[in-house]
Amino acid sequence: MPSEARNLRRIRCLNMSSEGNVTMKTVTYLEAMREAMDEELARDETVFLLGEDIGPQGGVFGSTRGLLEKYGPRRVRQTPISECAIIGAACGASLVGTRPVAEIMYFDFVAIGMDQIFSQVGKLRYMSNGQMTLPLVIRTQCGGGRGKGPQHSSSTEAWFVHSPGIKVAMPSTPGDVKGLLKTAIRDDAPVLFIENSFLYNTKGEVSEEECLIPFGQADVKREGTDVTIVATSAMVQLALVAAESLKELDISAEVIDPRTLVPLDMDTILRSVAKTNRAVIVHEAFTRCGVGAEIAARLMEEAYDDLDAPVARVGGLEVPMPFAQSLEEQVMPSVTKIVKQARAVCYR
Amino acid sequence: MKTPMKFEMLQTMLIVRAFENRVKKLYMEGVIRGTVHLSTGMEGVSVGACMALRPDDYITSTHRGHGHCIAKGVALKPMLAEVLGRATGLCGGRGGTMHLFDVPRGVMGTIGVVGGGIPVATGIGVGIQQLGQSRVVLCFMGDGATNQGAFHEALNLGSTWKLPVLYLIENNLVGDTTPLKEVVNIEDLADRAGAYGIPGVVVDGNDVLAVHRAVEEAASRARGGEGPTLLECKTYRWEGHHLGDPCVYRTREEVDEWRRRCPIKRFAQALIDDQSLTSEALGALEKEAEARLDEAEEYALGSPEPSPDTVLEYV
Ligand SMILES: Cc1ncc(C[n+]2csc(CCOP(=O)(O)OP(=O)(O)O)c2C)c(N)n1
Repeated sequence: MPSEARNLRRIRCLNMSSEGNVTMKTVTYLEAMREAMDEELARDETVFLLGEDIGPQGGVFGSTRGLLEKYGPRRVRQTPISECAIIGAACGASLVGTRPVAEIMYFDFVAIGMDQIFSQVGKLRYMSNGQMTLPLVIRTQCGGGRGKGPQHSSSTEAWFVHSPGIKVAMPSTPGDVKGLLKTAIRDDAPVLFIENSFLYNTKGEVSEEECLIPFGQADVKREGTDVTIVATSAMVQLALVAAESLKELDISAEVIDPRTLVPLDMDTILRSVAKTNRAVIVHEAFTRCGVGAEIAARLMEEAYDDLDAPVARVGGLEVPMPFAQSLEEQVMPSVTKIVKQARAVCYR
Repeated sequence: MKTPMKFEMLQTMLIVRAFENRVKKLYMEGVIRGTVHLSTGMEGVSVGACMALRPDDYITSTHRGHGHCIAKGVALKPMLAEVLGRATGLCGGRGGTMHLFDVPRGVMGTIGVVGGGIPVATGIGVGIQQLGQSRVVLCFMGDGATNQGAFHEALNLGSTWKLPVLYLIENNLVGDTTPLKEVVNIEDLADRAGAYGIPGVVVDGNDVLAVHRAVEEAASRARGGEGPTLLECKTYRWEGHHLGDPCVYRTREEVDEWRRRCPIKRFAQALIDDQSLTSEALGALEKEAEARLDEAEEYALGSPEPSPDTVLEYV
């Protein structure tokens, strides 16, 4: 990360806390998530967790390890394999003064609770004319590239971005996951919080002090002047690698991670495109009707005069994620594909 | 039951066991990607159940489906090749261990979403009924799957429409890391049948003949138009939930206790006791199972990965 960006991050954290000096420490994405939940459980006794296998094992990926021992079975509730009831229970409990954090093991299984999200969680506040608030978080993890096959690899964030009443976060670094998860838990609106298990073991800096990251604030992960690459979740890492290769071709790429898709910080993207005049949008989800389609449309509407080339998109192929490595690699976005599109919009 | 049939059952159980052990070995060697769920120790259920079906009957299965597929007649070579993600696999490498399909053998899919197969099986039952066929569909599910809403909707429909569906629970006492007794309020899952007005039967899943009898009876009921049966086969998985599971939720003693109740040993011993099998003959069957897995392994390892240009086919 360029030092300017790091300083900016520190300043943001400083603004949030009244402390003087912010010291940073290095943790994994998974540890950062665990810290966020731990801190919020400790801070607010209305916060509780529910989900499959989150108890003694601490979740199948380990994100809740140690929390049952620390907070007991009332606050770390291990559930049956019942995604509809998990999401519904979080919804109901949120209506009466608690702050549930539900874990759905894989993004694919969120579909089982889809009615609860789409027609209940997303609509109750509006339908009740604001009588109800739903301070709940649904955590899940997305993504392919791990040989998990067609039913454990999906990235369907666009479904929820396309639904009313739900905020959607998709963090890519330990610092972001921690700061955003804490914000999500404190938010009075329902949040779908999409992690990426591919990132769980990646390391990064988090602040030693309390650090909340507001929703709707994109992060410039790398500054550049020739092309803007907007990337989400695990694709941010690929975009950063792509930016390095582009440098060798004398193309200076700016990499922006929106971090939250609802709300979406278009201002940061627009500012960047005003400078670079070119944009490539990268996500693992299908290109067709993916979040990139929305961002591209917004660029067309709001930055038409800034653009020197059509906005390009890099996304997963429009198939279920195949199991075999040779096929999965074909489906997934790659550094090569990103470089190719970035060169294309630069006419190079 | 005639002795040759019993021999075939024993042999199939040995092959399932050998298959699972071979998959474990290949996984440890890093040849298999993703998450692998083995059914070692549960051969009494897969073999007892599938061998009570006719070749043109259907099954749906789960993430732990290797045994079901083999017992339903899937050939070992393309099956292992699929688990390895090869072009010669059952599904050309698209599905892998959790998504095995062999339509000619009535294997309508091992399904990776827990409970996802229950409505599908019910729909296959609807289709059979529409076509006026005498087939049945057997729906394998884990104990954990019975806590999905899909279970209720499907069983209600299946029982109301008297569909030719056999709902078979492989109750291995735990779902992933969660003991069943912590997530249900009843002792026997078969009791849930009462809510649908269908028979609920508890079976010793480590007794292959008992499973076979129970499934035969349920199938003949279903073929006779009397509707579904809910079968609960109590058994145990010897391996972790998936390969690599640290198994924090159970004790070594519990595993050892169930290993002593090995369904294969138990059946083989019964055959030896009634003098229809010698230990030499058993040894020969075991060797043969290994030899067949050697061949399958050689075939799978020698097969190419699917060609990337096929990726967009069958969308
Ligand atoms: C809908 C859904 N939720 C969670 C999972 C993750 N998962 C895979 S297998 C499993 C446990 C299933 O338990 P059970 O149905 O009893 O079958 P068993 O593994 O014991 O054979 C879980 C939770 C999943 N695959 N699908």
